[in-house]
Amino acid sequence: MLRVVQSQANDTTADPAAPLSIRGLTVSYGQKPAVFSVDFTARAGRMTAIVGPNGAGKSTLLKAVLGIETAVAGQVRVFGADLSMQRHRVAYVPQRASVDWDFPTRVIDVVLGGLYRELGLLGRVRKHHMDYARDCLSRVGMEEFEGRQIGQLSGGQQQRVFLARALAQNADLYLLDEPFAGVDAATERAIVAVLKGLKAEGRTVIVVHHDLSTLRDYFDDVWLISTRRVAEGPVKEVFTEANLRATYGGRLAPAQIDMLSRQDG
Amino acid sequence: MSGFEFVALSLPPMVIGVLAAIACALPGNFLVLRRQALIGDAISHVVLPGIVVAFLLTGMVSTWPMMIGAGGAAIVSVLLIEAIRRLARIEAGAAMGVVFTAMFAGGVLLLEQTDTSSVHLDVEHALYGNLESLIWLDAAGWGSLVDPVALAGLPPELLRMAVVACVIVAFLLVFWRGLKISTFDEGFARSVGVPVRLIGGLLVVLSALAAVAAFDAVGSIIVIAMFICPPAAARLMTDRLEIQVAWSVGFATLSAVAGYVLAGYGPLWIGFENAVSAAGMIATVSGLVLAVAAIFGPHRKGAQLPR
Amino acid sequence: MLVDALFLQMGYNATLVTLGAGLLGFAAGISGTFLFLRNRALLSDAISHATLPGVALAFLLMVALGGDGRSLPGLLAGSAVSALLGLLCVNALVRHTRLNEDAAIGAVLSVFFGFGVVLLTVIQTLPQGRQAGLESFLLGSTAAMLWADALIIAGGGAAVVVLALLFRRPFLLVAFDAAYARARGLPVARLDLLMMGLVMAITVVGLKIVGLILVVALLIVPPVTARLWTDVAARVVWLSGIFGASAAYVGAAISATAPDLPTGPIIVLVSFVVFVVSLLLAPSRGVLAAWLRYRRFQKRIHIRQGLLALAQGHPIYERLTLRLLVAAGWARGDGVATDDGMGYAARALRDEARWTALRTDNRFEAAAAMYDGVRDIDTVLTSDQIAEIDRRIAETPA
Repeated sequence: MLRVVQSQANDTTADPAAPLSIRGLTVSYGQKPAVFSVDFTARAGRMTAIVGPNGAGKSTLLKAVLGIETAVAGQVRVFGADLSMQRHRVAYVPQRASVDWDFPTRVIDVVLGGLYRELGLLGRVRKHHMDYARDCLSRVGMEEFEGRQIGQLSGGQQQRVFLARALAQNADLYLLDEPFAGVDAATERAIVAVLKGLKAEGRTVIVVHHDLSTLRDYFDDVWLISTRRVAEGPVKEVFTEANLRATYGGRLAPAQIDMLSRQDG
Repeated sequence: MSGFEFVALSLPPMVIGVLAAIACALPGNFLVLRRQALIGDAISHVVLPGIVVAFLLTGMVSTWPMMIGAGGAAIVSVLLIEAIRRLARIEAGAAMGVVFTAMFAGGVLLLEQTDTSSVHLDVEHALYGNLESLIWLDAAGWGSLVDPVALAGLPPELLRMAVVACVIVAFLLVFWRGLKISTFDEGFARSVGVPVRLIGGLLVVLSALAAVAAFDAVGSIIVIAMFICPPAAARLMTDRLEIQVAWSVGFATLSAVAGYVLAGYGPLWIGFENAVSAAGMIATVSGLVLAVAAIFGPHRKGAQLPR
Repeated sequence: MLVDALFLQMGYNATLVTLGAGLLGFAAGISGTFLFLRNRALLSDAISHATLPGVALAFLLMVALGGDGRSLPGLLAGSAVSALLGLLCVNALVRHTRLNEDAAIGAVLSVFFGFGVVLLTVIQTLPQGRQAGLESFLLGSTAAMLWADALIIAGGGAAVVVLALLFRRPFLLVAFDAAYARARGLPVARLDLLMMGLVMAITVVGLKIVGLILVVALLIVPPVTARLWTDVAARVVWLSGIFGASAAYVGAAISATAPDLPTGPIIVLVSFVVFVVSLLLAPSRGVLAAWLRYRRFQKRIHIRQGLLALAQGHPIYERLTLRLLVAAGWARGDGVATDDGMGYAARALRDEARWTALRTDNRFEAAAAMYDGVRDIDTVLTSDQIAEIDRRIAETPA
């Protein structure tokens, strides 16, 4: 007979202080689980892509990790502790389409939002805060736009502003929801450069990603998800024909799978 | 007009009108941006049942029980709307329509069932208010403004409205940053630990407070104009929230003063003898302000995205 | 008493009011449905409040022309004109500025009402104004309903019903997906305007019975109630009409039984009671049914996850999972699987493997789309297909 409780100690995949570890997470909209009983563990100082077909629960997974969606079941640990203890170490970049860009505010105000935890409710914005926010803007190449109303930006510029806000959070774990959706090529390059810079500083980056053709170039690890976890691990090992087929089923043409999995990094 | 008449008869209602307009316009900025403008509509319709129930429970027409009754009704209505929206899975507007009509109907029914003819409590008063009646009998002229004895005779509504306005200003100052972030990007706000629910809840509670305090003076339907028109007009003037709020306070003040003056003196200028409803005129002026902003406001159009 | 009222035995006026209210309720329920399904329910609130200045101006105009100002057709015509103006203002604000519809609705509603109040105070100062009784338009007044008034209500209501039923298909198309309707070549703007026109007609006709503040209840509550009972749009239309008619009929009958039961509020409260009962008990969208469904679903998720954990030797993290497994007799309190439990766990794991295989196979794409983690595989495949999957699993090296 099986001693279930014991096996926790033998569970080699669970690094107790991993930047993010997810156990048995189920999130459901109504009766249909968007994410069912998934386990994932992020490795520190690496860039990880969350990959799967439309409706596979990628964004939902991120939102549940952050407590924006409520889980039916499961457990999430951030650097070995509950999220509420670690919020200052986590930065989140939502999908660009999730907010009202007609909101009356300027680029620099959005970036200052990243200092919310530091400023608190009443703290005054001082010169070093402004300088810091400007610095974050220049890291994404947007320093000239600080006074611009956000509705007047292009899609790529809006995405860069969101990234600058996350940079301002100065976090150890970055969670980005489709940062490359609908942005121009220059923005995509700029974002990738910034994310690689974060990685070089030893921070952990997790990105919901759509474009399989850039997966090898951008990322170290990949989580394949299709409501359930399909696989996780280094891109080189996990990004195989069998796993892709298991993730996408009939939704990816065989020729496509063949091409992607043979592609050299 | 003499200083005495002005200080005694016009100044208090005008100040109350201005305070009421500002107290409603301030939270109104966020209600409009959060697409919850009609919460003001729902809240103000349920003020009537609230005061009727308070009257039935206490048996008297006095300020505090009625304020509490109206505030309680406002909160009940907001909770009911939220519950029905989720449980029946319908849009917020329809849920509001269900809740406030039912509560309003209940209030009218209770009013008809009880003998309130002896007291000053009637539907029309609740709907239109009676700003003109809030006069300062102890005033003898401008000098009364520094006379403590005369000041003690100020209409109590004035002090009440001033306190409510201060509470609302304090709330905005304390929660400004959290309100701004959670209104713009709720998901991000949650991720950094902004108490999104608390702030949203407080916003609604304070809107209810403003509506309840103002209804006595301007009536329950006209407060909707104060919630929505000045912030909506202000939104069309600027693309910065801080400046928008300042514009909305300016528009609220303008509407209240101009509305009161036009109602009191306008008819005399064109040869009528009697003044018209000040509250109604304030709403009318605020509508005209919005119309002008909608036609000429520098930021009346949404951004045309260069995608 | 109430039985007499329900069978129209309460005298001429009560009969008139009860029949008129029933017809009005039917017409309002039907035309309100389209507005509700178009997610614009509260637009009716703007329309109804915007009638007040029209009523007052019509009165002033009729007095100026030498009449007594109280002619119902005249007042209703005035209310229709100002309601239309209010509607156009809402449209203009939404179309030409960055304001959202809810702000536009609130602004128009309150400003028009405020201006109406100004005009009412003007009327009160006129010698003819004392008996004008325009306040009755706020909350409705059925006490002095005349045969001619009833005819107007009946005629207006019948016209609305005919038009609404005639246009119900295009209305529903627009309500469901306006962009698609436009692509199909439907005149969406004009259909919207007609939809609003019908709502306006209901508001105007309903002023006499329920008043301008509560008439929106007739337009909103029945469709919301009907929606709880069915997912088929065409049925929502009819059900809403029936709910609206019965609530109005019963409400008017109740109000006829005593003098201090005002008709409008009673009708609204009866509709609300019907709504609450439906919200609790409706079979598929009702609260009770949904709660039971969720509990069952949550249980299935936890049991499934628990069984998979048992089968793979993973720890069980959650107390609810363990409690459910223990209750089923599949695990002991300390998280150790029973023999029974091991059997079910193995079966769950096997199903899981079958699903994995199935989802990598193009031929089963339709079945794979049904996957949600808790569905039993034999609900989507025949036993032959399962056997085939099992063969495939056996062939693949682990």
